[in-house]
Amino acid sequence: MSGISNIKSHIQTFLKEIGELSYFTARFFKETFRKPFEFKEFLRQCYSMGNRSLVLVGITGFIIGLVLTLQTRPTLMEFGAVSWMPSMVGISLIREIGPMITALVCAGRIGSGIGAELGSMRVTEQIDAMEVSGTNPFKYLVVTRVLATTFMIPLLVIIGDAIGLYGSYLVEHLKGDVSFQLYFNQVFESLEFGDIIPATIKSFFFGLAIGLVGCFKGYYCGKGTAGVGRAANSAVVFTSLLLFIIDFIAVFAADIFYDL
Amino acid sequence: MIEKSNILPQEKEIVLEIKNLNKSFADNHVLKNFNMKLYKGENLVIMGKSGSGKSVMIKCLVGLIQADSGIISVMHKDITTLNQTALDILRSDIGFLFQGSALYDSMTVRENLEFPLRRHSSRFEKNMDTNTLVMEALENVGLAHAVDLMPAELSGGMQRRVALARTLILQPKIILYDEPTSGLDPITAKEIIILMQDIQKKYNTSSLIITHDVDCARAISDRMVLLIDGTNYAEGTYDTLSASTDPKVKAFFKH
Repeated sequence: MSGISNIKSHIQTFLKEIGELSYFTARFFKETFRKPFEFKEFLRQCYSMGNRSLVLVGITGFIIGLVLTLQTRPTLMEFGAVSWMPSMVGISLIREIGPMITALVCAGRIGSGIGAELGSMRVTEQIDAMEVSGTNPFKYLVVTRVLATTFMIPLLVIIGDAIGLYGSYLVEHLKGDVSFQLYFNQVFESLEFGDIIPATIKSFFFGLAIGLVGCFKGYYCGKGTAGVGRAANSAVVFTSLLLFIIDFIAVFAADIFYDL
Repeated sequence: MIEKSNILPQEKEIVLEIKNLNKSFADNHVLKNFNMKLYKGENLVIMGKSGSGKSVMIKCLVGLIQADSGIISVMHKDITTLNQTALDILRSDIGFLFQGSALYDSMTVRENLEFPLRRHSSRFEKNMDTNTLVMEALENVGLAHAVDLMPAELSGGMQRRVALARTLILQPKIILYDEPTSGLDPITAKEIIILMQDIQKKYNTSSLIITHDVDCARAISDRMVLLIDGTNYAEGTYDTLSASTDPKVKAFFKH
């Protein structure tokens, strides 16, 4: 009996959190179009997020490109289809692996950072101090950060994809003596707008989810240092789960769109 | 040398008044019909045990916490009925010194002091330079040399003084102090008390001080209110209250 009530209480908490996050999201959209616009802080956040994540995204993208090519090469060779390697890597990186891996890395790097930063500002009363000084902390802290992640994640995805493709080219160049021009010609020949546009739109939603969840967890952080830790941790867990859900919806929607 | 100012409340204008303030968190009734008046130029100390609702009460005063019922009148305006814009304008007349200083740790001391000016620069003359205002506020607390430091590079006492400078920069008419000496050593605490007195004399501000530090209360209070069980249990000067025979009141002044 206690097991059932435990599950019931977990479901209730989860649904309550979804409701609160929805309200938070609605408030974000409402405040985004209201004056004053904190443009300077938005640019500062863009720079900070891009700068802090660039190396990590670059390394991850490079390794993914490298490993994907190394792992797939023997199978393609077996079927005599190794010439399809650039197309295969290009499509899989740009359509799925690039946006997803970059978003997951950024959820860990940026999402947890936002959760911890806002959480710590909440427990040390910095958010209250901001409110008392006449500044709307939601606009200054939340809107700027969510907008920054929404615009920076797609940019980081593009950079990650490019570096990933370069990693894949290096393997092909070393193992198959393929030139840079030939490799990238094949990549771009196989790519269509239908591969690039949905992936880019999806990346914007990934960025929005990372920013919103990170800010939501931090802004309503529990008391004390334990609360800050929980905010950072749950920001990553919840965002990662949300990224997979968004990915599923995006792929499903794109599929329906192409069928039409 | 800590001196005590002599103000006669009866002759002064009321700048802040609370009538029948109630606030509960679930089943915990923190404030029960709490009443209080702050007169112009007065230093009023609210004393109470930890968890007695002092901080909740002071946060209700600036709209950080919504009261369940009651009237909170700040300079003759009921803050419970104000819209956000009107509340923000009124807040520029109220300085708030937070218990833990609450300095923005990603900003320098200068940026911390400039932050409140972003929204309220219209309070000053057009040709007034921000740098002049920042330096003047820092000079008031004796920390002009720390202008480009980060909060993490300052000691606890220095952080409290910078927070006080940030509170002063908008030249508020009322200053709310939430445990101004908590977490400080006795010497630094004394320095903060002297600073508070100097500011009160220089700008003729009205101050509401929340504390459980008896030494601080003795040094700075013109009048005191004891917050016990969510109500204003006793009221009077330090001398009257410390001479009280009521066991609940006496408990505060035992050393």
